[in-house]
Amino acid sequence: MSSRDKILNSINKHLVPSVPLPDMNQDWIQFDNPTEQFLTMLSAVGGRGEVVPDLATVSAKLHEEPFYNKAAQICSLVPGIEISGDKTIDLNAIDDPHQLAGIDFAIVPGEFAVAENGAIWVTDASVKHKALYFIAQHVVIVLKASELVHNMHEAYPRTGLGSDEFRQSPHFGVFISGPSKTADIEQSLVIGAHGARSLLVFLIED
Amino acid sequence: MGGHAQLANQFVANGERAKWHDQALWFVRQKRDNISHAIPEWETLRETASQVKLHTVTHLAQYLEEFEKNAQAMGVHVHWASNAAEHNEIVLRILQQHEVKRVVKSKSMLTEECHLNPHLEAAGIEVVDTDLGERIVQLRKEPPSHIVLPAIHIKKEEVGDVFHEHLGTDAGASDPGYLTEAARQHLRENFLAADAGITGVNFGIASTGGFVVCTNEGNADLGTALPNLHIACMGIEKLIPAPEYLSLFTRLLARSATGQPITTYTSHFHGPKPGGEMHIVLVDNGRSDILGSDEFRRSLSCIRCGACMNTCPVYRRSGGHSYQATVPGPIGSILGPAHNAAAHSTLPYACSLCGSCTDVCPVKIDLHHQLLTWRKEIRVRGLLPFTKTFPMKVMAQVFQRPGLYAFGGKVARIALRLMPRWMIYNPLNGWGRQRDLPTAPRESFRDLYKKRKK
Amino acid sequence: MPRVGLFIPCYIDQFYPDVGLATLEVLERFGCDVEFPTAQTCCGQPMANTGCTTEAVPLAERMIEIFAPYEFVVAPSGSCVAMVREHYTDLLPLSNSLQEFQAKTFELCEFLTDVLKIKKIEGSFPYKVGLHQSCHGLRELRLARSSETVGDNFNKARQLLETMEGISFAELNRADECCGFGGTFAVHEEAVSCMMGNDRLADHASAGTEVLTAGDMSCLMHLDGLNQRKPKPLPVLHVAQILAGRQPVTSASTTSSEESV
Repeated sequence: MSSRDKILNSINKHLVPSVPLPDMNQDWIQFDNPTEQFLTMLSAVGGRGEVVPDLATVSAKLHEEPFYNKAAQICSLVPGIEISGDKTIDLNAIDDPHQLAGIDFAIVPGEFAVAENGAIWVTDASVKHKALYFIAQHVVIVLKASELVHNMHEAYPRTGLGSDEFRQSPHFGVFISGPSKTADIEQSLVIGAHGARSLLVFLIED
Repeated sequence: MGGHAQLANQFVANGERAKWHDQALWFVRQKRDNISHAIPEWETLRETASQVKLHTVTHLAQYLEEFEKNAQAMGVHVHWASNAAEHNEIVLRILQQHEVKRVVKSKSMLTEECHLNPHLEAAGIEVVDTDLGERIVQLRKEPPSHIVLPAIHIKKEEVGDVFHEHLGTDAGASDPGYLTEAARQHLRENFLAADAGITGVNFGIASTGGFVVCTNEGNADLGTALPNLHIACMGIEKLIPAPEYLSLFTRLLARSATGQPITTYTSHFHGPKPGGEMHIVLVDNGRSDILGSDEFRRSLSCIRCGACMNTCPVYRRSGGHSYQATVPGPIGSILGPAHNAAAHSTLPYACSLCGSCTDVCPVKIDLHHQLLTWRKEIRVRGLLPFTKTFPMKVMAQVFQRPGLYAFGGKVARIALRLMPRWMIYNPLNGWGRQRDLPTAPRESFRDLYKKRKK
Repeated sequence: MPRVGLFIPCYIDQFYPDVGLATLEVLERFGCDVEFPTAQTCCGQPMANTGCTTEAVPLAERMIEIFAPYEFVVAPSGSCVAMVREHYTDLLPLSNSLQEFQAKTFELCEFLTDVLKIKKIEGSFPYKVGLHQSCHGLRELRLARSSETVGDNFNKARQLLETMEGISFAELNRADECCGFGGTFAVHEEAVSCMMGNDRLADHASAGTEVLTAGDMSCLMHLDGLNQRKPKPLPVLHVAQILAGRQPVTSASTTSSEESV
């Protein structure tokens, strides 16, 4: 007998009383001002964020960032945020993600944000190397201010996971809440464990 | 005494360190309290999540088959392992087929349970644990002492020592920021040099065939985004029916574990990365047996948040290693005996039955009741020592005879009053080493009651 | 007049008779017809908690029989009541007599607040009280909200005590951490048990506790045992004793002193 059959038989031989699935329609948390809640949570998890009127402001704000100005390699996936020629990395021109090891700054679009925990959903649906999100020293996420949900119960339907469209082209997706961090040494919080040392979020007003 | 009590005794003997350990974990418990008390529907979340887990585990075969089918449709190779040895063989075989020399692994209690690392190392494969805490204990050649905070028992000076030896950090340096930066540089080299990445699985999604891995450091993501081969090792109880239920668990997991609103990276994997290869190894290793037990089935709901350890007053004061089990603390004291009752027979007694674990558990496992049930099991299986059963037998006989009980009580009280202190507090009196006995009154309540009635 | 069978845990009967008397007095003060059936000994908890179920079963059966004639059964112990209400079903097959017994058995404070609906305790207790939340009362009987759970605050012992004149409460750093008694745990895991108890005492000391109290004498026996080895032991009283109007004797614990009887 294969291990598969052995395991399934071992499960099926037990007559276990069935428990029904619970009702998921509950009074899940809502916020009077979800944008403010999102920014508060983002800051609590070590990120920074602000609401800006347009992409031009994002570009201007980026030039105020010391690490941005010092960056040798920048990769922007956000149309409208242009990087000067000698610094820019074209993700689509790279075949092997290991070549991204030197990226200092990644500027990427986010799909939507979650107020209750400061998380932002990003995917590799149209991104050649998801490694960019994790290997860049600093990450900037840009998304529309209106793309904001209150809680995770509203968030999951927005991910499209399990939809017919998703089944046609399944892909990777991740909720990112703040920069990479650890507290594994004596519970001291240190920002910048393996992934991004900083996370900056711009919410663009419609 | 023996087993847990003996190791706990050694841990407590270093009073200052035991206190430091207790306070470090209590701090995590407080963070958990603060963040959970900010969610008005917290108890509803726990109840709902608990039902989803019970539902899944009571329909497990059906969901496993659904999961397998959907994963395969995305090009994932699905393997089944009845036990730890088979799991290790499968992982080794995949790595050897790809001529893997070096593998990076993110935290997975399942691979700890199966002792995967030594198996791969014996075959000449270098395994680098990439979670910072796991890397620290790996370099110190010891097991993790906590499932979420593997190095919680280690002081920063000791981390400094081991990093000085292995990573070349400055001698005597112990600043967590400095040490973490050194680990970042060291582990980045390993991420870039790895031929394969191994991860655990926090949640498998039956309806999509995908799975979720949660980390704060981003190590699971770096370890799987660079190499082309990803092997995910998953206990069969990790399934949930559909993505919508992830909302419950992603809300509960990090809040319960560390007091964060969500883990920094909550990654949803659906099939291999373009050009890559993905394998999922589904592991039973005793889980289907637990499923058959009405008393212990709920322990399969565990999402490995570690909250029961952080709150357990015994765990905090005895350290994870005192449990001598892959998973320590309250949940480990249930899973350990389920795996090998004789080897772990003292664990259900490493508990004052305070019930705090049951109240923090995000999926409402009745931990302290299961520990009590385990005590019964241990007695029934003849694993309880005579020194524990004999006094209970005697007491039970006495308590069935009110006259004998009243007489015995009187004799004991007189003896306590008449005996000199040195005789009462003899070395065999486990109560009296640090504690006084109550002052024995001349008359019991029943004596006074009779007098009062007259 | 509610007819109450007084359920006095064995260790209270033998070592803390005044706690039994205080319970009796409080119940009588609120108009109960109280009787102590002398055939009772022990509810079986020490055996059951050690895993010795077979030894506990006859004791549980005796309890049901002994208390059958009463309308209510009241005990000054959350732990022993929890044994009856929450764990007798693990020992005995479900029956009407078992369910009846479980439904009519109450811990003293909850009997006062929930059944007798007592709103005010006459008397003065001008001390800062450190109220230890005994675990079984807290997390099995839900006599108060545990610090782990989210919801409205309530605390049945405190609700009664705070109606007394002059009383105030020490606010602890760890509101309801276990004292480390745990029955045979206190001896089998002596090192951890005593560290837990000493930590509780330190918390009470820094919160300014003047009198240490709890709904369970077993926790207090352990804490007072440690306490008596300190340079300045705290006075210790069971909640029932405070409700009955006892005052602390500051030099030593009064719980077992014959003078207070």
